[in-house]
Amino acid sequence: MDEGLRSELSKQGVFTTTLQELSNWSRRNSMWPLNFGLACCAIEMIAASMARFDIARFGAEVFRPSPRQADLMIVAGTVTKKMAPLVVRLYNQMPEPKYVIAMGACAISGGPFKQGYNVLKGIDRYLPVDIHIPGCPPRPEALLHGLIELQKKIAAQPLTGEERPRHLRTDAPGEFPVPAYGPYDLQPPHNPDLWRPPVVVRGQPA
Amino acid sequence: MEPLESILARLRAALPQVEVHLEPNPAVPEQASLVVARDHALAVARWLRDDPALQLDYCSNVTGVDWPEMLLKEKVKVRRVVDGVEREVEETVERRRPGHLEAVYHLYSMTRRHGPLILRQRTANRAEDTHLASLTPVWRSAEFQEREAYDLFGILFTGHPDLRRILMWDEFQDFPMRKDYVEPDDYEYEPTPHDAVLTKTQRHYPAGGAP
Repeated sequence: MDEGLRSELSKQGVFTTTLQELSNWSRRNSMWPLNFGLACCAIEMIAASMARFDIARFGAEVFRPSPRQADLMIVAGTVTKKMAPLVVRLYNQMPEPKYVIAMGACAISGGPFKQGYNVLKGIDRYLPVDIHIPGCPPRPEALLHGLIELQKKIAAQPLTGEERPRHLRTDAPGEFPVPAYGPYDLQPPHNPDLWRPPVVVRGQPA
Repeated sequence: MEPLESILARLRAALPQVEVHLEPNPAVPEQASLVVARDHALAVARWLRDDPALQLDYCSNVTGVDWPEMLLKEKVKVRRVVDGVEREVEETVERRRPGHLEAVYHLYSMTRRHGPLILRQRTANRAEDTHLASLTPVWRSAEFQEREAYDLFGILFTGHPDLRRILMWDEFQDFPMRKDYVEPDDYEYEPTPHDAVLTKTQRHYPAGGAP
């Protein structure tokens, strides 16, 4: 249906839609985040959910204390190597469709602790991250912006074809491998299906 | 709080058999400390807690220190015959200090409102004999912090009720805060490396591509 006819019909009080639009609209406007925080970013996440910033305006105020009821994981804070398997396990326990927001420098890359021995250099080594929010910590407005970007991303997803979301693909993994605690590091140190170290070639010194 | 010298004198009078000495601190805070042999640490700790003038009933902090083997340069005055005349000459002497681990306790008194008194124990070496006496039976607040010192430095506290790792996972095998700890080789590129990170960058990403 072309947009002109649709607009004309809506003026006459006839509402038309497609299954895809309806599905995406309902998915994106009631995201239920998983209620967990890992460090100081969680404080900003809590602030975003309170009266002043009010994440309820965007339909994401129902923080669920159980992964079985949540469909958005906000990784808010430093992911230590000891915590990483638990975060992956929580993600596996969430029902599809599910999304991940990496909030703050630590969740994206390890942040100021990147060169430390005990901090994961970004949760994208084990989980498929949809939205990265930079900042240390990001302000609540930044989290709201990230949520709106995620909503835009969901709104653009087709239900069929090559670009359809993961929960509609039979070949996509439903679970992600939980890393094991090794004697010196996590085993494996990253999920090779999801992430590979970037290829960087330094130039010749001048 | 009374001066450390007089505490030491009273301690030696009360417990004549203990090996304890005063360790001066040449740094700016000048906080001297009591160094106690590990076999007598529990007796000394009990005395410090129960002595009516001290009543150090609160252990606020337990931490570990790693001292690798190092060469110390000391200036010593020696009498020596120079040009046929015996006179006092200042000489620099190098002394090799064997490596050891140290546990440091900061003690306060809630009752008397004074402190801190700094108590140290030292292990025999850094490799196989890293045992120290646990002071958890005296101050309960030392329990988790001694676990932390065990986790990060590998100090084994004899008499600790529950000596497990507390920060690293149980399967972890090394002691990360030791000076000779080698971290897992998982360096990743950084756009603005400097100092130690720069040498890692140069090792992992040699100029002109991989060798």
